[in-house]
Amino acid sequence: MSEALLEVADLNAWYGESHVLHGIDFTVDEGELVTLLGRNGAGKTTTLKAIMGMVGRRSGRIAFAGAELIALPSDRIARLGVGYCPEERGIFAALDVEENLMLPPAVRPGGMSVEEIYTIFPNLAERRRSPGTKLSGGEQQMLAIGRILRTGARLLLLDEPTEGLAPVIVRQIGAVLRTLKAKGFTILLVEQNFRFAATVADRHYVVQNGCVVDMIANSDLGIRSDRLHEYLGV
Amino acid sequence: MFSFLHVAMPPLPLFLAQLLVGLINGGFYAILSLGLAIIFGLLNIINFAHGALYMLGAFCAWFLLSWLGISYWAALLIAPVAVGLVGMAIERLFLRRIARLDHLYGLLLTFGLALVIDGVFRQLYGSSGMPYSIPAELQGATDLGFMFLPNYRAWVIVASFAVCAVTWFVIERTRIGALLRAATENPELVRAFGINVPRLVTLTYGAGAALAAFAGVLAAPIYQVSPLMGVNIITVVFAVVVIGGMGSILGAVISGFALGVIEGMTKVFWPEASTTVIFVIMALVLLVKPAGLFGRAG
Ligand SMILES: Nc1ncnc2c1ncn2[C@@H]1O[C@H](COP(=O)(O)OP(=O)(O)OP(=O)(O)O)[C@@H](O)[C@H]1O
Ligand SMILES: [Mg+2]
Repeated sequence: MSEALLEVADLNAWYGESHVLHGIDFTVDEGELVTLLGRNGAGKTTTLKAIMGMVGRRSGRIAFAGAELIALPSDRIARLGVGYCPEERGIFAALDVEENLMLPPAVRPGGMSVEEIYTIFPNLAERRRSPGTKLSGGEQQMLAIGRILRTGARLLLLDEPTEGLAPVIVRQIGAVLRTLKAKGFTILLVEQNFRFAATVADRHYVVQNGCVVDMIANSDLGIRSDRLHEYLGV
Repeated sequence: MFSFLHVAMPPLPLFLAQLLVGLINGGFYAILSLGLAIIFGLLNIINFAHGALYMLGAFCAWFLLSWLGISYWAALLIAPVAVGLVGMAIERLFLRRIARLDHLYGLLLTFGLALVIDGVFRQLYGSSGMPYSIPAELQGATDLGFMFLPNYRAWVIVASFAVCAVTWFVIERTRIGALLRAATENPELVRAFGINVPRLVTLTYGAGAALAAFAGVLAAPIYQVSPLMGVNIITVVFAVVVIGGMGSILGAVISGFALGVIEGMTKVFWPEASTTVIFVIMALVLLVKPAGLFGRAG
């Protein structure tokens, strides 16, 4: 059948009574970097949370590496090899940098070593004994990405890693994403900043009102930029 | 002048004896409020059953000795494990069902559990209390020159300090402690990293129960083993927790010992006030710093 590492079909999700995702469909192939683009409130974060099992109720199909995730609790999903970097970064204030980095347990062999992570993010090494939330926004973002690289996860779900960061930090994160892709990670990236997305991604899905409304290959982004501007309202 | 001072200052032995009593009570307050703080942090439950678990620890030691001839020292290990298992069962059977509801439900549920446990023991054993003798190794007293220090009381102070220190170390310096701190902040995210948080919650409640039972065994030879012992201590412990700040580990330990000593000192200087002083301090702290001395607001 398909080669996709992640295949999401007819994904619906609810927060309490409110029905937020209305049948999301997309796939991510092994080694690909795919983005979900869309306006505020379109349902991008909810899609990642629904894949992780972090919404109240969900239905549909989420096939990952041969396993069906729809009925699994989030700890089991993580143990299958999915790493999650939340939009709000989720750095723990009561833990120092190294404790934050070491918190997610290794779920599969083949994760990066702490030294490798410190090589990619030298700032973190210098500040390993600082409380996690004393870092700058950019450093916290790097910590949030760094801590899911150790675990052996092969699919990374990254929710707006560039949000609110200075251009120089955004370029650093872009370089990191290209490094991770070269190392073989499969990445599902949520972005609002499509100019940034275009520098790292293979394909883009456009999310609108809880549905995927279009798919654009990165190479077509130029000729279809008018459509994209319309989708994103920029 | 001198004679006035002589009247105002109590004799040294009385002062030291009350300091000792204060440190001992402070040790119990510290261990119990430590358990309450850990449970509150992760489960968001104000565990009113804590006094009952403490009482169960003392009864467990008493059963072990009088039915099976098992010594105090073994009871110090067995009772916390046994009561810890009871605590884990309580969490799985009851507390888990209300985990998503407001604080208040947990408070009411644990309050109800405490009433049931206390009631059953009062029905079976009355309220007079049963003696539990000091283990042979710790009988007698040591002459410090200026006073006689009962060996068992010295042991209680050392043991409660040690238990608080070990608990602090586990929480602040180990991997399991890091998981606990992280899950206290954001349980959903910790779970999304692959940690079985429901199991961590069960273990944490069990550990809090085990701490309470350890205090109960330590207390058995000092107070009597009585169905009322939990009720008697828990009101003060809640005041201690409010003063220290709900959920602060270090705050629980420091305010436990400090308030025990303050209570003891009040007995020396103004005996009539000794039972109320902690509540007066609680009221003052609530007025000035509602989140408690060591608590974080919000
Ligand atoms: N916890 C929640 N409870 C109820 N509704 C929610 C919750 N979180 C999000 N929503 C709603 O679900 C919809 C989708 O939100 P979501 O956070 O997935 O959007 P998003 O595409 O990530 O937006 P943004 O770009 O602003 O991050 C929005 O209408 C939002 O108001
Ligand atoms: Mg979002």
